[in-house]
Amino acid sequence: MKRLSLYIHLPFCVRKCDYCDFLSFPVTEETKQLYLNALRREIREYGAVYADRMIDTVFFGGGTPSVLGGEELSGLMETLRDFFFVAEEAEISLEANPGTADAHRLQCWRRAGVNRLSIGCQSLRDAELRLLGRIHDSADFYRFYDAARAHGFGNINVDLISALPGQKLSDWEANLRGVAGLAPEHISAYGLIIEENTPFYARYHAQDARRAAGEEPEACAGGMALLPTEEAERDMYHMTGEVLREYGYGQYELSNHAKPGRECRHNLVYWKRGDYLGLGLGAASCVDEVRWKNSEDMGAYLSAEHFAEEQRERAALELGERRSEAMFLGLRLTEGIDGAAFAERYGETMQALYGEWIQKMCREDLLEEREGFLRLTVKGRDLANYVMAGFV
Amino acid sequence: MTEQEKIRNFCIVAHIDHGKSTLADRIIERTGLLTEREMQEQVLDNMDLERERGITIKAQAVRTVYKAKDGEEYILNLIDTPGHVDFNYEVSRALAACDGAILVVDAAQGIEAQTLANVYLALDHDLEVFPVINKIDLPSAEPERVKEEIEDVIGIEAMDAPLISAKNGIGIEDVLEAVVHRIPAPKGDVSAPLKALIFDSLYDSYKGVIVFMRVMDGTVRRGTRVKMMATGAVVEVVEVGTFGAGQFLPCEELSAGMVGYLTASIKNVRDTAVGDTVTEADRPCAEALPGYKKVQSMVYCGLYPADGAKYPDLRDALEKLQLNDASLFYEAETSIALGFGFRCGFLGLLHLEVIQERLEREYDLDLVTTAPGVVYKVFKTNGEMIELTNPSNLPDPSEIDHMEEPIVKAEIMVTKDFIGPIMELCQERRGRYLSMEYIEANRALLKYELPLNEIIYDFFDALKSRSKGYASFDYDLKGYEPSQLVKLDILINKEEVDALSFIVHADSAYERGRRMCERLKDEIPRHLFEIPIQAAVGGKVIARETVKAMRKDVLAKCYGGDITRKKKLLEKQKEGKKRMRQVGNVEIPQSAFMSVLKLDEDK
Repeated sequence: MKRLSLYIHLPFCVRKCDYCDFLSFPVTEETKQLYLNALRREIREYGAVYADRMIDTVFFGGGTPSVLGGEELSGLMETLRDFFFVAEEAEISLEANPGTADAHRLQCWRRAGVNRLSIGCQSLRDAELRLLGRIHDSADFYRFYDAARAHGFGNINVDLISALPGQKLSDWEANLRGVAGLAPEHISAYGLIIEENTPFYARYHAQDARRAAGEEPEACAGGMALLPTEEAERDMYHMTGEVLREYGYGQYELSNHAKPGRECRHNLVYWKRGDYLGLGLGAASCVDEVRWKNSEDMGAYLSAEHFAEEQRERAALELGERRSEAMFLGLRLTEGIDGAAFAERYGETMQALYGEWIQKMCREDLLEEREGFLRLTVKGRDLANYVMAGFV
Repeated sequence: MTEQEKIRNFCIVAHIDHGKSTLADRIIERTGLLTEREMQEQVLDNMDLERERGITIKAQAVRTVYKAKDGEEYILNLIDTPGHVDFNYEVSRALAACDGAILVVDAAQGIEAQTLANVYLALDHDLEVFPVINKIDLPSAEPERVKEEIEDVIGIEAMDAPLISAKNGIGIEDVLEAVVHRIPAPKGDVSAPLKALIFDSLYDSYKGVIVFMRVMDGTVRRGTRVKMMATGAVVEVVEVGTFGAGQFLPCEELSAGMVGYLTASIKNVRDTAVGDTVTEADRPCAEALPGYKKVQSMVYCGLYPADGAKYPDLRDALEKLQLNDASLFYEAETSIALGFGFRCGFLGLLHLEVIQERLEREYDLDLVTTAPGVVYKVFKTNGEMIELTNPSNLPDPSEIDHMEEPIVKAEIMVTKDFIGPIMELCQERRGRYLSMEYIEANRALLKYELPLNEIIYDFFDALKSRSKGYASFDYDLKGYEPSQLVKLDILINKEEVDALSFIVHADSAYERGRRMCERLKDEIPRHLFEIPIQAAVGGKVIARETVKAMRKDVLAKCYGGDITRKKKLLEKQKEGKKRMRQVGNVEIPQSAFMSVLKLDEDK
């Protein structure tokens, strides 16, 4: 039976964080209900299309899926099970904000079959949390983490963000050790990106641009905290892997670390180019080598009769695109790309397709070939875009 | 009345924007050559570029018939002259084809430097000049003040100058009457050997070169064997005719006093140089008309296709443009950094820009332009002299005795408040002060000698910004003078980049070198290694900047499986790479080669 992963987008949050550029916003109760109705209709529509698939992973992402009431979420899960064949051993993840969770919700999620929580902790320092515009403090996080464990969640991810304005290497190390000490099964550690159209962009873009040119970020008017230099940012990055290794985590992707066997199965589907279906506003899908994306227009989404008609950028991927995607997605993984599997699936060896670039990158010590796998070197991880651009 | 007595050959002179082309349009419209509906705005400016920039690049002519108040029908030949200092020689030849000129002066702005330059040029050609005051319907119009100014400054009678608004069609009749009564009829000898002045030419793919000319003496018709006296070309005339608005009207013959064209299956505009004299091959006139000059390029630069594979396209495009523009010069050259391209010569920077824009627009070419320079004379110790158009060809310093650079005489008209800043500007540009005279209580005419290479980049812009737009400027080539010149080389990662070298005065070398390095530092992306950028004179480094090694180029984010953003980012990154030039192991964006042009922008 062919497999399929499901991504469910819940574009709500209590308050938009100052650095966030994901598709999410606070909504009224009414909009939320309309949205859930539309989502149910979409689930029904696609359930019919993919009746023959076994759902291997489900991921509730956002936004903040945890703003949904406990019953709302379990109702949604029920609808999913009504229209899709969700495997018994499926990984069912849900992103949760420590500021929104309570015992009731945890109970409902457990009962609905959610078996993996991804907790948006971001930092253990309250000053940093305030700077980010988070709605919770570190005490909320600890409380929530303990409650989740108490409710039997045995597979937990904790999100952290490094390279925050004003953050020192020792601050970051403390955050890492604090979280690793709790022994969640998985830790995602992303470096802060100053994204356009966010309050952070207005505040930090000038600094960020200087940093991108290799200069020291300079304080500008308003006495704002300084972004770490590029050096400091990289030091934090490399320290992350080292510190987490002490606690028994392995780095399996550029920004993801897991205890053995606890890698996120859902995200691996993206990076290994498995089939996934995105449901909800703006959700992205890739099934049978066709990519598409739902409309990001809430009005259009809510009133859609046939969701397939509202899709954008629908494109059957040509062989060349599939190969190049396989390269730049696969190189995110620490193990790299399995040469034999690549040749088997895409009809040519990587060497035949990209030999010249691969050799150049190997000479520059950015890529390495080991036991049939092609992967980024430690240095290559710092320059992943530079390496990957050679494959598009 | 004889035929000649009913002809008026004239042109309109004005400062840019004072309404020359609009008045020409009104005259054409009023004399009934075209109905209003047929009139496209500014009939005489044919090229899109001309319309956009509001300047005339090529001379144009039009023949209209006007029934005057005295009941007679007069033939009015209006010759429109180019409106920029780059085309001064063309202007002078167009003026030589006329007997009189209308001087258009803006009722609000009064006389400008260019007005003066053009009027003097017209007076030098013994043209009868009469003024008209345009834009009298503007609230800021001061026709009486402007009339006085014209009398005081130029010394021509202006009290009964027609007060007009070309835009709104006011006073056009008065202008036409003045043309008939104030401009003299031509006085050629119809029976003398043919003597005609070429004032422009145009290449037509069916007819070959169409020669625009004013017949001074004699007659020319189909079958006449004519000779171009300067170029020596002898051809048999296929067709003669006059100018409609935007069309050619064949006729039997052109005789003394008339303005018209001839075709003779001529393949190359080079055979029909502007200013040359057309005469009969079998019965040549005693001597050619005075004033012929071989066109010389004043400004040179390298033009390279952004995509090396487009080299043949660029060659074809230049060839085609040259068919119509004898003043465009080009020859193949090779740059280590930019590959195959052309060294091109232009009349001035505007001419360069026009050609560049036409290549990009009409021929859809993406170009890399190297820093424009002037022609330097290099006197070698062995007595040899070379004219240097490409800095890379500068001989070894040990072989150079001395160098000379072209100097212009510049006239700048400026209101009192800005005299200080403008003098400062001229000083900075190595100007030599000649004189200053007040032409009225509030305005002065400054005269300076300036090195041409100091004004070709951005002098005009600097002038405008430092005078808040109140200064106007005109110049004339004076000659060559010895100068302390050096070649400034740019080394990127220790390798000299030939396309970035330029010649500069020794005193400005450090400053320019420093700014150049700063600019390039911003232009060159970070590489995996550190890249020194150095400016050097004669092997000695005078400025340095460093592009730091790239430590980080990674964005690892997970957008719920939406990889299109990442893909676009990587594609953009790759696309950017394609538009780079590899010099040694450094990739230099094409914009860097142009950055030298913008050194003053961020001052």
